[in-house]
Amino acid sequence: MNQLLDPLLIVALALNFVTLGVSRIRGVINAVALQGILLGILPLFVHQDLGFRVILLVGVTIGLKGFVIPRFLVHALREATIQEEVKPLVNFMGSLLLGAVGTGLGIVFSYTLPLAEQHTNSLVVPASLSTVWAGFLMLTTRKRAIMQVLGYLLLENGIFMFGLLLLEATPFLVEIGILLDLFTGVFVMGIIIHHINREFGSTSTEHLTELKG
Amino acid sequence: METIFHDAVHVLLALGLPPLLLGLIAKTKALFAGRVGPSVLQPYYDLIKLVQKGSVFSTTTTWVFRAGPVVALVTAGIAVLLIPLADATAPLSFTGDFVLLAYLLGLGRFFTASAALDTGSPFEGMGAAREVTFACLAEPAFFLGMLVLAKLSGSLQLADMLGSSLASHWSADGESLVLVLLSWFIILLAENSRIPFDDPNTHLELTMIHEVMVLDHSGPAYGMILYGAALKLFVFGALVVRLAFPMTGGSPWLDWPIFVGGMLVVAVAIGVVESIMARLRLTHVPILLVAACLLSGFGIILLVR
Repeated sequence: MNQLLDPLLIVALALNFVTLGVSRIRGVINAVALQGILLGILPLFVHQDLGFRVILLVGVTIGLKGFVIPRFLVHALREATIQEEVKPLVNFMGSLLLGAVGTGLGIVFSYTLPLAEQHTNSLVVPASLSTVWAGFLMLTTRKRAIMQVLGYLLLENGIFMFGLLLLEATPFLVEIGILLDLFTGVFVMGIIIHHINREFGSTSTEHLTELKG
Repeated sequence: METIFHDAVHVLLALGLPPLLLGLIAKTKALFAGRVGPSVLQPYYDLIKLVQKGSVFSTTTTWVFRAGPVVALVTAGIAVLLIPLADATAPLSFTGDFVLLAYLLGLGRFFTASAALDTGSPFEGMGAAREVTFACLAEPAFFLGMLVLAKLSGSLQLADMLGSSLASHWSADGESLVLVLLSWFIILLAENSRIPFDDPNTHLELTMIHEVMVLDHSGPAYGMILYGAALKLFVFGALVVRLAFPMTGGSPWLDWPIFVGGMLVVAVAIGVVESIMARLRLTHVPILLVAACLLSGFGIILLVR
């Protein structure tokens, strides 16, 4: 593995904590976008031979995760006139500490996994587990619907990192398919946010318990 | 002979450079704002002006109020002697000196806070409370970073921990060191009351932290506080610079300019951070400090895994 891989993963890990600790939604979107760009670059360091396939994957990932989806979310934010504050159920300090505990456990747990020889000492697995954990935290402890979309994106980023281990074995079509799924998912969620906002005048998921069938 | 030369340069630099850093930060901020700004030498003029002034001491204050600035200046002055600069040695160096460094700064803080409480002003008491609260959170991050360096160098002496052996660790355990570097830069900003934590230019008592504690000091006493704060900035700046550029070229004519250049870069970096960031809301400050602790903590975890 390349020497630059671990420092980049550290930055991605640090961005998890930014997403959990920042109080403005715009800040969280930017952090997730930056993480997406970083993840897009990662395959360049994992792959030994840079074929057309890898370059295309890198381009599509960066474009989608770094620019299209964040731009779309900012647009949704403005359309639904959502307030800029995050409003967590668990306060920021608690989320940060929970995130830290999750990352620590991820590092410990990754040792017990029977990984291939060349992956045992790399940070890919701990970073991926920690990002998934941060995504779950964001999904469960934030009230605004848009934060749940961001949590989903974090979750996907974590899975993408794990996928780096299998990059040589996954067919191109699967990778592009996952990205397409992601894009459609976020697109649909954006529309749903818009509808929730129009129907209830707020995007707080607390009100969803009042829904009657 | 060579040690005497190095120690002499160390002392001269440590005494002469700190106000220039403050001037450079102010200049960077001015340029960002599209102003010309005061000369980079302005802090020196300020200090000279303050020393020539008379002092006013409130009749409600006791000796603690007068001791505050003196202790803050002296502790910062001794702390500067403990830090290894360009030659990777310090005039004062012994096993465990990093503990003394942390507690010298702690002692200075204790006396500044006590002097603030001594005035009986409610604002100053508020500032003192904030200062010590944030210091509580900044100190663990500092020590966790030191723990990383101690683990890497296998020594408890600052001269070895920040010595030239650090350069070889950068290639092997760079991730941990990057985390510590980030964490220490945050601590630098917090300890020196720079912008995401505190605005050194503000004059609104409700939002100030450090400045509010020194409102009642005047003349030479205030000059001592300013100079002491500059020395403290130099201490933390030097820690960050040694951590970031641990190389020693072998020739003192090369090492010292590189070190001074590094310090100037740090000052400009602080100026840039101050220009592009807003002050954090007071309730969010502990979050950033806890994040700094986490960064250093992960540095250790990555090292021992």
